[in-house]
Amino acid sequence: MPIDDAVRQQILDTIPSLRAFAISLCGNVDRADDLVQETMVRAIANIDSFQPGTNMSAWLFTILRNHFRSEYRKRRREVEDADGHYADSLKSQPEQHGHIEFGEFREALAQLPSDQREALILVGASGFSYEEAAHICDCAVGTIKSRVNRARNRLAEILHVRDGEDFGPDEQTRAVLAGSK
Amino acid sequence: MDSGAARTRKNDVKTAKLGREVQARLGQQLRAIYDDVVNQGVPDRFADLLKQLDNKDNKDRS
Repeated sequence: MPIDDAVRQQILDTIPSLRAFAISLCGNVDRADDLVQETMVRAIANIDSFQPGTNMSAWLFTILRNHFRSEYRKRRREVEDADGHYADSLKSQPEQHGHIEFGEFREALAQLPSDQREALILVGASGFSYEEAAHICDCAVGTIKSRVNRARNRLAEILHVRDGEDFGPDEQTRAVLAGSK
Repeated sequence: MDSGAARTRKNDVKTAKLGREVQARLGQQLRAIYDDVVNQGVPDRFADLLKQLDNKDNKDRS
């Protein structure tokens, strides 16, 4: 059955942030793109279970996350070393993207437990509400809030940031943002 | 706000609330990294895949 034009457009519109989320989950661009592809195949196969008018991006993020989790359960070794793998793979990313300024922040992010990192990205970067993030992660809203809070505190701790103090990468971030289109 | 005292007691040092300034800075960096990928748009492989999956559209190129 052909996909509704509006639905197809919603899927296309979600792909950029779906990729960003996938990279944050697995820490590897190629693996992330495979995850996105597998998510699209699953989504189209189950498109009848998507309710028009509901949040397409939350639906796709949920499929991707569940798929990622079940894949990792299958690959036990990777589960055990998920965070280690992630940290290693992230270290090579600043060069790939030419944004060496973010190296310190990326490494700090890589040190977070995966459930905290995931919650922080969904709420702090993907722009989901706490309720939507809780739905995507299949947990209570309070759990998401707590994970986000712990993630922020841990990041501040790793990066040694406090109110009223400069922290280097931020100045560089501003410069990059100001210099980019 | 009126439960501030209770909250302070409940929160230990590790989960103490960060200042707005710090939260804003962390958020800004997080979004910068994320948007770096978002701004790459939709790679051709995904646009092509969607066409393939959608058997209504059999065109090879637009």
